[in-house]
Amino acid sequence: MRATGGPDIAVGDVLLSVENVSLAFGGVKAVSDVSFDIRKGEIRAIIGPNGAGKTSMLNVINGFYQPQHGRITFKGATRSKMRPYEAAEGGIARTFQNVALFRGMTALDNIMAGRTLKMRKNFVWQLLRHGPALREEVEHRHAVEAIIDFLKIQEIRRTPVGRLPYGLQKRVELGRALAMEPELLLLDEPMAGMNLEEKEDMSRFILDVNDHFGTTIALIEHDMGVVMDLSDRVVVLDHGIKIADGTPDEVRSDQKVIDAYLGVAH
Amino acid sequence: MAHDAGGLPNTFTKLLIRNAELFGSRPAMRHKDLGIWQTWTWGETLENVRAYAAGLHRLGVNRGDTIAIVGANRPKLYWSVMAAQMIGAIPVPVYADAVAEELRFVLAHAEVRFAAVEDQEQVDKIQSVQDRLPKLERMIYDETRGLRDYDHTRLNSIGSVIDDGRKTLAADPALRQWLDAEIENGKGSDPSIILYTSGTTGASKGVVLTNERSIAAAADTVRFDHLGENDVALAYLPLAWVGDHYLNYAQGMVAGFCMACPENADTAMSDLREIGPTFYFAPPRTLELLLTRVMIRMEDAGLLKRKIFHYFLGVARRYGEAILDRRPVPLPGRLLYWLGDILVYGPLKNVLGFSRVRTAYTAGEAIGPDLFAFYRSIGLNLKQLYGQTEAFLYVTAQPDGAIFSDTVGPACPNVDIKINENGEVLFKSPGMFTGYFKDDGKTAEVMTPDGYVKTGDAGFFDEKTGQLKIIDRAKDVGHLVNGALFAPKYIENKLKFYPNIREVVALGDKREFVTAMINIDLTAVGSWAERNNVVYASYQELAGHPLVYEMIAKHVDEVNRSLAQDKMMAGAQIHRFLILHKELDADDGELTRTQKVRRGFIAERYSPLITALYDGSKEADISTQVTFEDGRQGTISARVKIHDMQPAPAALEKAA
Repeated sequence: MRATGGPDIAVGDVLLSVENVSLAFGGVKAVSDVSFDIRKGEIRAIIGPNGAGKTSMLNVINGFYQPQHGRITFKGATRSKMRPYEAAEGGIARTFQNVALFRGMTALDNIMAGRTLKMRKNFVWQLLRHGPALREEVEHRHAVEAIIDFLKIQEIRRTPVGRLPYGLQKRVELGRALAMEPELLLLDEPMAGMNLEEKEDMSRFILDVNDHFGTTIALIEHDMGVVMDLSDRVVVLDHGIKIADGTPDEVRSDQKVIDAYLGVAH
Repeated sequence: MAHDAGGLPNTFTKLLIRNAELFGSRPAMRHKDLGIWQTWTWGETLENVRAYAAGLHRLGVNRGDTIAIVGANRPKLYWSVMAAQMIGAIPVPVYADAVAEELRFVLAHAEVRFAAVEDQEQVDKIQSVQDRLPKLERMIYDETRGLRDYDHTRLNSIGSVIDDGRKTLAADPALRQWLDAEIENGKGSDPSIILYTSGTTGASKGVVLTNERSIAAAADTVRFDHLGENDVALAYLPLAWVGDHYLNYAQGMVAGFCMACPENADTAMSDLREIGPTFYFAPPRTLELLLTRVMIRMEDAGLLKRKIFHYFLGVARRYGEAILDRRPVPLPGRLLYWLGDILVYGPLKNVLGFSRVRTAYTAGEAIGPDLFAFYRSIGLNLKQLYGQTEAFLYVTAQPDGAIFSDTVGPACPNVDIKINENGEVLFKSPGMFTGYFKDDGKTAEVMTPDGYVKTGDAGFFDEKTGQLKIIDRAKDVGHLVNGALFAPKYIENKLKFYPNIREVVALGDKREFVTAMINIDLTAVGSWAERNNVVYASYQELAGHPLVYEMIAKHVDEVNRSLAQDKMMAGAQIHRFLILHKELDADDGELTRTQKVRRGFIAERYSPLITALYDGSKEADISTQVTFEDGRQGTISARVKIHDMQPAPAALEKAA
């Protein structure tokens, strides 16, 4: 799987870098002067206590928020302003903290929606549903079925997602993001609200996505155990400031991180 | 014991070749993959199996070797069976959901050198015990996912084995000749498969079946049920169970019908609907589950639909079975049934995937009479059979038109049955096994000197119908202290017919009175809780809820009343019961892989509860070990309440 456009970046090279990014809402500073990078092929975690600015950071990366300061370089191209659809076209896909699916549509159609950007025929062709448009749809359906197989959700293919339990909805959302064949996959708390078994399943899928498709993954997560097991490198935010960056072991033993999580006597 | 199999070839491989000649372009196997039904004809199947067999040979598989087959119903695993048989190796299917230790037992006992497995999960499981399987040389797998980075020195994908075999076969005429000679050398008396029993009574035993006997047995029932190459069956039963190997594999080979493999275990229901099988088998538990699901969904339907549904189910109860058995029915009844078929039964059967079913069987457990009648009344030709792995399934089967819910039919064609002085059923059949693998002692135990096999089931021939009636496992039938007959299964089955009750263990042998440990059905009780605003956080909490106890007590009371009607059983009314805090589970060894209760084990494991049931206490503490699906262990502790029942009056007179 390969996203369109941009130079090829070798595994291990910097895919995306964030430099001195600051974001404020009125007087509230969500992110201040944060820099880090994401290397191709790795699983990168962004962690921090509540309100640390993790989701804001993710929203900055995929262009949903415009930072007041700083630069973001993705696949060698630097930008200060980007819109979400541009990010999507560039190969960044994401899932949301609160599941954001089309609840009335089936799991299959939701994942198919992830292919929208890949559809080349215009909507007149698609209305005709013949010739090239049909061929294209068959191709896309094939890709979507591969994802359904990958995520083992065959039995809910035709079920409206609104009727599905939460854990499965999360899986469908991951499926929709995968349908874009992203180069960089942003996961906003993929295990929030899950039970142990669901968490284990999801961890397995994240590792498999990384291994199987070579997708670079940046994830936000609260569950420290999960983060430490899954990720190659971790960046820790607290009150919008980066307080640590490194391998799980380095981060775990960092005094500032321990203080941020456990509190410190003043 | 060899008897005429109607001029059929004497090995499965030769049958496969015959099928490729006779029905070359007809479908032999289907499998839903990536949302689309893939089809292989008999011709393609033969070609694939030849290539596979050659590939296996090149990996070092020899005549007489055993090959474990572990996984769900998938074409490549069925081909593994066929390919092994082609070169005279013996396939040993193992239950896919077996935990590592069970797998190890079978693989070690069967001395397998090779294992064909479904996916990474099975590979991991076997690798976790590999150091205790010195004979195991190599695993081959179907699903490549997740296995890319594994060390492949002792691991191959089935696809690559087939490709390798195909290429070499094409290039090397000597190998082709060798393979043809191997096929020709296959003898009818060669073992065709070893099926391990589910082990209701302890460690499982390897039942050795031969080519010619298996084919002879299948030929008899194919004729009995008029199966042909146009039939279709859904292969969704566990591969390692005699039912799947007989009903789908052996009958499919003999009749040349198409076997469809579901996409995965969870989609079997919808795949059933898409395939529309003509031959269907389901254990009573599955039929019960389907009915429960239908009934729960009907509760959510609008008032009008509910009224129509229940009205026409009433009509079906009155006339349905008579119409199915072609007995006389008054014209208004026929008309009403016809209307019901359009409005209710037809659509219902369609939803369940039964529209095209000509012959359906159920077996394995006694089936509730109402449950049985329900399916028959909506026009499903559901029949009962009685069988055993040792018989290669069929011992008795009900012929069309002579169906009773409490019997299992007369002896199958060419099967001999007798009842010994202890009331135990003995049989001699065309398909019967040649012995337990590496266990002549056990073989001798179940064989009588005159060549009959002891089934371990107590039964008798019903005078009215002439059909065999099975009461219980011979060793489970007991007596209360006062001498009253106690047949646990009889009581359990009566209770289990209530959708709210999933499993029951009745106790009473050599006791003062009968007690029961009950498992609620989470689907049914959960839906009831939702409707009645009963709040619960876990299975355990729901099981212990006072309102749930009240509801179950009502069911027990009804069962007591019905037991009181029966002279023989009136003394065996339930005096006390409790609801278990966890579901009985095969992973914990409480059920067999075929979902039968293992009494001895349960009695030991829940002994504090059983003591409390008989010492008059109101509640008891229990802490049990549970095994999670990944093999880890944990404990569940609970305080379980015990409910006292007032036995129905008839029983009091009896007891006095």
